[in-house]
Amino acid sequence: MAIEVRIPTVLRKHTDGEGKVSGEGSTLAELFDDLGGRNQGLHQALVGSDGQLHRFINVYLNDEDVRFLGGIQTPLQDGDTVSILPAVAGG
Amino acid sequence: MPARDISQAVGGTPLVGLPSMSPPGYSLYLKLEGHNPTGSVKDRVAAYLIAAAERSGKLHQGSRVLEPTSGNTGIALAAICAPKGYKLTCVLPENTSQERRVLLSLYGVDIVSSPAGEGSNGAVRVAREMAADDPDLYMPFQYGNPANPQAHYETTAPEILRDLPDVGALVAGLGTGGTLTGAGRRFKEHDPQIRIFAAEPEYGDLVYGLRNIDEGFVPPVLDTSVLDGRIKVDSLKALRATRDLATAEGIFAGVSTGAALAVALRVCDPRRLPEGTKIVVVSPDGGFKYLSTGAYAPGDVAGIAEGLSQTLWA
Repeated sequence: MAIEVRIPTVLRKHTDGEGKVSGEGSTLAELFDDLGGRNQGLHQALVGSDGQLHRFINVYLNDEDVRFLGGIQTPLQDGDTVSILPAVAGG
Repeated sequence: MPARDISQAVGGTPLVGLPSMSPPGYSLYLKLEGHNPTGSVKDRVAAYLIAAAERSGKLHQGSRVLEPTSGNTGIALAAICAPKGYKLTCVLPENTSQERRVLLSLYGVDIVSSPAGEGSNGAVRVAREMAADDPDLYMPFQYGNPANPQAHYETTAPEILRDLPDVGALVAGLGTGGTLTGAGRRFKEHDPQIRIFAAEPEYGDLVYGLRNIDEGFVPPVLDTSVLDGRIKVDSLKALRATRDLATAEGIFAGVSTGAALAVALRVCDPRRLPEGTKIVVVSPDGGFKYLSTGAYAPGDVAGIAEGLSQTLWA
């Protein structure tokens, strides 16, 4: 089950400069565990010691912020796209 | 009755139906905030920010005001500050539209540029550094000032409820979180079943050039507990909806209007909103301030959106 994950510039130091990586997992937590095993430092950048998403990280499943879905336990399906973006403001 | 001056002409903007773009079974309405005196929703915010500061004694004749902004808040503050004799400085990211800089200059505003790669977060950082070094500067700080959501709680939302008491959902762009937090709170008090959706702009990589994740910024005024969903919209989807709005409904709006409209079209789905729902979309500004970006030029929309994705269009 392949999930495409888009990585922002600020985290590409953990993915050999790649802006897109592929991973597996039936939930976001499993996907991040999978990615973290192959990309040094990526898991710590995404998930805090409390097991929740880092405050300044927004994760989107098919464009929807996962904090309004199931958070880190959001279920994933084959073909989903996960995007990671740093928290930025406007105005 | 005439308004005493321009500051009394804020709000009272039209709410207009979008009969051509509404999907079957749903009714979309657009709140045209571009009809405010300086052409954006930020006139409401600026009026509240300055009034709150005057009430608390933080501003007086000759005061100096500093604000980080991607443009609209700065222009709105300038229109209030200039006649009152407050000297305004705005910290603006380098990648904002030329029109915003020209308008600020016209009002006599001093412009300090912050790096394009840091987006609005960089403007916040630079303004905070400047304010820390100069205790005589007053920074309203729209991102953290409760007067910002209060403006929407007391004006934007009541206007919509007056025009459309059975509104079922609200979609607005997420910048400071002021519109969503203030109007969202008012709507939930009116009817807890009203759904509130945030449209978040997604830019090109260069706008997210933070050096590390801890440079991220979540505006303190944003209360995510009033939100039912937050959906990101890239420059192409936003631009397509903005251009469709012109041809289908005759409305010339800024690009962030298209982003909110794209989210509204997405949530018109029986799994999210019952059929028959009336959805209000907030259009934060009109299109004139984006002409120089080429957003409305003829040609390949995907190519235009690619260029636009490096400009702060919200």
